[in-house]
Amino acid sequence: MDFEFTEEQLMIRQAARDYAQRELIQDVLERDEKAIFPTKHVKNLAELGFMGMMVDPKYDGGGMDTISYVLAMEEFSKVDASTGVIVSVNNSLVCYGLQKFANEEQKEKYLKPLARGDYLGAFLLSEPEAGSDATSQHTKAEDKEDHYLLNGTKNWISNANSASIYLVIAQTHPEKRHHGINAFIVEKDSPGISLGPHEDKMGMRSSDTHSVMFNDVKVPKENRIGADGFGFFFAMQALEAGRIGIAAQALGIASGALERSVAYAKERKTFGTEIANHQAIAFKLADMDLKVENARNLCLKAAWMKDNGKDFRKASAYAKLYCADISMEVTTDAVQIFGGYGYVKEYHVERLMREAKLTQIYEGTSEIQKIVISRQILKD
Amino acid sequence: MKILVLISNVPDTTTKIRFTIENSFDSAGVQWIINPWDELALTRSVELKEAGAINEITVANVGGKLTEATLRKALAVGADNAVRIEAEPTDAFFVAKQLAEVAKDYDIVLAGIEASDYNGSAVGGMLAEMLGFNSVSAVSGLNIENGELVINREIDGGSQVLTVAAPVVLIVQKGIAKEPRIPAMRGIMMARKKPLDVIPAIDATNETAFVSYEMPPPKAACIMVDEENAKELIAMLHEEAKVL
Repeated sequence: MDFEFTEEQLMIRQAARDYAQRELIQDVLERDEKAIFPTKHVKNLAELGFMGMMVDPKYDGGGMDTISYVLAMEEFSKVDASTGVIVSVNNSLVCYGLQKFANEEQKEKYLKPLARGDYLGAFLLSEPEAGSDATSQHTKAEDKEDHYLLNGTKNWISNANSASIYLVIAQTHPEKRHHGINAFIVEKDSPGISLGPHEDKMGMRSSDTHSVMFNDVKVPKENRIGADGFGFFFAMQALEAGRIGIAAQALGIASGALERSVAYAKERKTFGTEIANHQAIAFKLADMDLKVENARNLCLKAAWMKDNGKDFRKASAYAKLYCADISMEVTTDAVQIFGGYGYVKEYHVERLMREAKLTQIYEGTSEIQKIVISRQILKD
Repeated sequence: MKILVLISNVPDTTTKIRFTIENSFDSAGVQWIINPWDELALTRSVELKEAGAINEITVANVGGKLTEATLRKALAVGADNAVRIEAEPTDAFFVAKQLAEVAKDYDIVLAGIEASDYNGSAVGGMLAEMLGFNSVSAVSGLNIENGELVINREIDGGSQVLTVAAPVVLIVQKGIAKEPRIPAMRGIMMARKKPLDVIPAIDATNETAFVSYEMPPPKAACIMVDEENAKELIAMLHEEAKVL
């Protein structure tokens, strides 16, 4: 066992922290209020190499490990979880999926610009009637010999408007059920693609979420990922890795709320002393700190297992479930510690609480994580 | 043109300073960083290199193996190579003597105006004297135009522009670069392969001797004065604080 970070991992954490504390903090409240996409920050983060940080350098990525990625995600999300999810979708769903399963031509054409951050990616799995139940895909990809014809609607798509590259999951052979599903690389400006209105969300308001409609969209044959019928497996593999990113995001939201609570408790006075001196607050802080520590350990363990080529399915589900749940608890406690100040936007913790809620819902709800975990336990 | 940036390894500026019972600095749990002024000097050097005005950036420090993390961060930010002189940096004269051995081969030497730990502000000036280099202090801007060094200095009520011939030691302060550069993934990756040479210290004396440390007196409690009672505040400023 070794609980020490490497010098490089620490350097990456510091770089992410510096960017978050110096830059993301500047306009995070305004972007939340007005639901503005952080275009400038995404460009800067691309220049720093954070948009494809785990991709092999031969595909223009940063070549860093998943531990570093967890550390960076925590730092971004402490300050701004919306930027966190934009980074997470591009890194752990899109780039990871392509690096692992795309062929050389696809990597050359799409992975490289995605890893450099020249393009942003989106992952299109959810549908109006297929969220947690990902097997019942209604979006059709008909095999037309020299191309596929895409028709259908995808829902709740992060980065939908800002992305140039979509990874789309669609049904080609309905009779084969989930064995008939395929994954495609689709360029967003392909004719026949249209977007629904910008979703007016409770939190993560600076990330752009839309539904995406496909109306007779032609997708070249060479843009299918893997063999015919590989799509469901592809989606599940990408989500297993994606969970680590969202877990780290939830962790960041919680640790951001904790840091703010500790600082506030040492400043705010009631009954003639700092509220940190009241056991009611001190014990709450102790509970929050323990939860954050546990959450961080689960994230790092899942990341370590992935980096070391181990089966991380259960570990990433643990991390996602626990981090999301404690993120909701810790941010709720933070608002309580801040009292009335916590309920107004200026003090950030109400925003963190709104952001935390989404981590229990997207990329597999907390309930879905329990299905993943229980199936692993019960399979033998 | 070759540039050498002197790097001090200092505790993170948010570190809570503690002393051990033996009255020495307690380094337990301290996170070490590049001295903020040195980091700005490095950032400006990287900008000048990107603009093609200089060819090579070296960073150097005097310190033990633990300081290598700080040097590697400097490599990740954009220095081409690093030199660590194997010795504890005991006083300014000793440090300047060590650095002079390395600095003699460079056209421009950048030293932060002070290190954020001991605030000595001495190494840069001593180094210039030892090397017989020109020296300009309180430099807040550096440009290289057709091989000529154009320097901005903050002076009382304004700024001064001057030129100076290399080789030169520039003692730089805030303004030399806008803000310290954050290392990119590519830089962090490349830092693995860049040379970090460790060289032995030369014999040199200490010209000062450490006696003891003392913590500043604890801050007095904040006194709140109602806005209607401005007179009371003025009286306190007169009689207690004695600042009026």
